[in-house]
Amino acid sequence: MSLEDLYKEVILDHYRSPRNKGRLDPHDVRLERNNPLCGDEIELFLRFDGDDLEAIAFEGKGCSISQASASMMTEKVAGLPAKQARAIAESIKAMMAGEEDGDPDVLGDLVSLKGVVKYPVRIKCALLGWNTLLEGLEEAGRA
Amino acid sequence: MQLSEQPGGRRAAPGPGGFDPEVVRKDFPVFEHPVHEDKRLVYLDSAATAQKPRAVIERVVRFYETENANAHRGIYELGERATKAYEDARETCARFVNAATPRSIVFTRGTTESINLVRYAWGRANVHEGDEILVTEMEHHSNLVPWQMLCGETGATLRHLPIDERGLLRTDLLDGLVTERTRLVCVSHMSNVLGTINPVREVADAAHAVGALVLVDAAQSAPHLGVDVAALDCDFLAFSAHKLCGPTGAGVLYGRESVLEDMPPFHGGGEMIREVWSDRATYNEIPYRFEAGTMNIAQVVGMAAAIDYITALGLDAIRAHERELTAYALDAVASTGAEIYGPPTAEQRGGVVAFNLPEVHPHDLATIVDEDGVCIRAGHHCAQPLMRRLGVPATARASMYLYNTRDDVDALVASLEQAKGWFS
Repeated sequence: MSLEDLYKEVILDHYRSPRNKGRLDPHDVRLERNNPLCGDEIELFLRFDGDDLEAIAFEGKGCSISQASASMMTEKVAGLPAKQARAIAESIKAMMAGEEDGDPDVLGDLVSLKGVVKYPVRIKCALLGWNTLLEGLEEAGRA
Repeated sequence: MQLSEQPGGRRAAPGPGGFDPEVVRKDFPVFEHPVHEDKRLVYLDSAATAQKPRAVIERVVRFYETENANAHRGIYELGERATKAYEDARETCARFVNAATPRSIVFTRGTTESINLVRYAWGRANVHEGDEILVTEMEHHSNLVPWQMLCGETGATLRHLPIDERGLLRTDLLDGLVTERTRLVCVSHMSNVLGTINPVREVADAAHAVGALVLVDAAQSAPHLGVDVAALDCDFLAFSAHKLCGPTGAGVLYGRESVLEDMPPFHGGGEMIREVWSDRATYNEIPYRFEAGTMNIAQVVGMAAAIDYITALGLDAIRAHERELTAYALDAVASTGAEIYGPPTAEQRGGVVAFNLPEVHPHDLATIVDEDGVCIRAGHHCAQPLMRRLGVPATARASMYLYNTRDDVDALVASLEQAKGWFS
């Protein structure tokens, strides 16, 4: 995938029209994280219903890859069992580390984020939301 | 592999003294190698580190091949050659900054270590609770964090000289901020973000009027403007080799001779001593007192070759070229609709243009222009307090040096227009 395709077909839609953007109240977990080098910021809200991640929302600012990836993440994991959300996050991390190709059956459209792997300095931007989600699940004792 | 054609008619005319960046460019082997397979390298990140001319690379190789031994240790001829190359470099640096004596030149790893040397050696002996250190609002972290740390250790107070909306120092506030409590005033000669060239002499005069010392961060100015410690009347001045076309791992701390004489050592170890007993030691004379252990000898020798290289071209000619190119870049980048930070004219700034395109985050921008072989910096440029002052999380930054041409600026602008297109 060319950089232009990555931006035009994957990133910019979510960057311009982020899904689940804003505060989530009430919430069970709220976490703020940033990339010190870039200044990308994310604030993640999680609400659980039993072992399910009932709702998720984020606030943030930063480059398009960090914000679009977070938006795609919320769209994918909302309503899923926490364990499954965690498995998806781990799978995304492995894909970004080049350890896995990314299974379309598990990741769906998120496989397109693999286009970022070619730009090593941007991988941490793409993973900011996912790492924050993993921390949040951990904090909630749900995964 | 084919480099893209240089469009005719847009070549920068040879500047004063016959300075021609197209000719200079040929001295730098890195430009012979395309990036992304076939793209001409458009290197606009010299404020981070400069490219190296063949003369510097070959000098380092020649040292290792024909002169390599430890300096100031070997009794044999090879050792004398190494010592001579190392001490000749000290004289070159002294001439470069117009120091009265090479005894004022301390070799370090670079600007950051130079400043930290002052923090530890001078600071611990001279800064106490109730004292004040004044820094400016535009300092690089390397001329800010060491002073925060020293103030934290000693109970001294850190104060800040503000900048105005154009990115110029508020020297009108010096009177109120420089007091008899002030021990040290730390000022960048040229901002690595705004490009602002600061009136260091005016700051030094204000500091000296109350008995304070002045430390000048010349990391950006030494390569682009040249420095004259007598004219600036500074007590300390720090710069790095790698930003002036020299190797990484070498730099200079200039210290006023009388100030260095009174300073305790920095690191303890070999070479900085005069005599050592099992429980105590006496220390070497300056500048060796501050050069413990084996130094980066080849890099220091390479630094001298870099200074010879840029001074042979002429700092005035380099500055004239950069001023012309910066004026061109300010107009060209502004034409894309970008917001530009710092002084409005090329007269007031060095070859640094920090900017943001509306709607395009600088990190996205840097990735996109890189596809075209254009290297720019994006981020906070090691100046987070300045970013907050400007009210932005990050900026893009194009910085120019002696080998850059209008073609480089045109390539940047074409790439910026493309990025705008993607995000529109």
